[in-house]
Amino acid sequence: MYNFEVETPGSVADAVAALGREDAQALGGGQTLIPTLKQRLASPSVLVCLSGIAEMKGVCRTDDGQITIGGGTTHAAVAKATAESFPGLSGLASHIGDPAVRNRGTIGGSLANNDPSACYPAAALGAGATIVTNAREIAADDFFQGMFTTDLEEGEIITEVRFPVPEVSNYQKFVQPASRFALVGVFVAKFGDGVRVAVTGASNDGVFRWTDAEAALSANFSAEALGGLSISDDDMISDLHGTAAYRAHLVGVMTKRAVTSAA
Amino acid sequence: MAQVTMTVNGKAATGDIEGRTLLSAFLRETLNLTGTHVGCDTSQCGACVVHVDGEAVKACTILAAEAAGTEVTTIEGMANADGSLNVIQQAFQDHHGLQCGFCTPGMVMSAAALLKENPKPSEAEVRDYLEGNICRCTGYHNIVKAIMAASGQDVAAVAAE
Repeated sequence: MYNFEVETPGSVADAVAALGREDAQALGGGQTLIPTLKQRLASPSVLVCLSGIAEMKGVCRTDDGQITIGGGTTHAAVAKATAESFPGLSGLASHIGDPAVRNRGTIGGSLANNDPSACYPAAALGAGATIVTNAREIAADDFFQGMFTTDLEEGEIITEVRFPVPEVSNYQKFVQPASRFALVGVFVAKFGDGVRVAVTGASNDGVFRWTDAEAALSANFSAEALGGLSISDDDMISDLHGTAAYRAHLVGVMTKRAVTSAA
Repeated sequence: MAQVTMTVNGKAATGDIEGRTLLSAFLRETLNLTGTHVGCDTSQCGACVVHVDGEAVKACTILAAEAAGTEVTTIEGMANADGSLNVIQQAFQDHHGLQCGFCTPGMVMSAAALLKENPKPSEAEVRDYLEGNICRCTGYHNIVKAIMAASGQDVAAVAAE
């Protein structure tokens, strides 16, 4: 790693101020960023640690029934806090990486990084979450803008994520066992006014909604409704772990499994 | 250089660090606690697992600065007060849960974190929890047996898949 200075602010306001320094970079749980720094793929001059900011941690239910999760909340804490209230999200959080990763990695960090194979973007897009920053609120449909790209401005911090709670939901991940990321992951969420389906791991453009499946499942929420559907492999990731065609096939399989398992 | 202070195995520990100093480096090179092993340095193998405020984390994937003010427990802090092996360590010896021993500190720290959260795990839960701890010698069976034994459960039932 190249050397850098470390700032450890105790509030969002102090963190935003620290991120105003030249070449400053926010550090969430560090489970992606620290390995990236080790490979010298990033070389910030200042790292602003968000892990000491108490106001960015925790899970609560708002008056309108949404679940609000602080951007600095670890995957392990989300898994525990939402086990009853939002089992689809809890199941997703409890299978990210491995236990030690889940004790450090945060929801805000995962969403801000927008790795095309990460799990959380599928939940945020699939449930139609709202990403709240120190400056504004961003709908998940507008937030994800391609591989490792989001609507966040320089120095903007995800302070919380608000999830509408679906009637039923589920996330199915086909694990790439070396990285423990999703080779393909599908989040299915059924709301009173329709079904949303978000796919991660498959596309060169990162997480996306599979609208054909949404229409079919909104009319008939069953695996059979997906029977005649397939998805084009034109923009799918092709690498040594799986071809584009294989990933396109997995999208269908994982979506069916998620519908069957939805609770 | 900045100074960092934390509690390591019950004792106050202070040292000078750079911004980029990892907790694993601080433990091994500043405090000379070389029981925490660095296997891959890419966050995948789990040999460096320690407890920070009671939670298992990879010491190679947290900055020493982030651990300031926390309570850290390493493998050196796991033995009983009289210096004898604790129940998990003894079970690893009894069930031959190690061969070369390189992954063992991380295995023991992960096992301790698991048993604190889930005192009587099933075999499947043990295997699931060890997803982030890689062993290239044992094939895991004896590690799983050791952890089942340490939790007071019958190891004869553990399948030799």
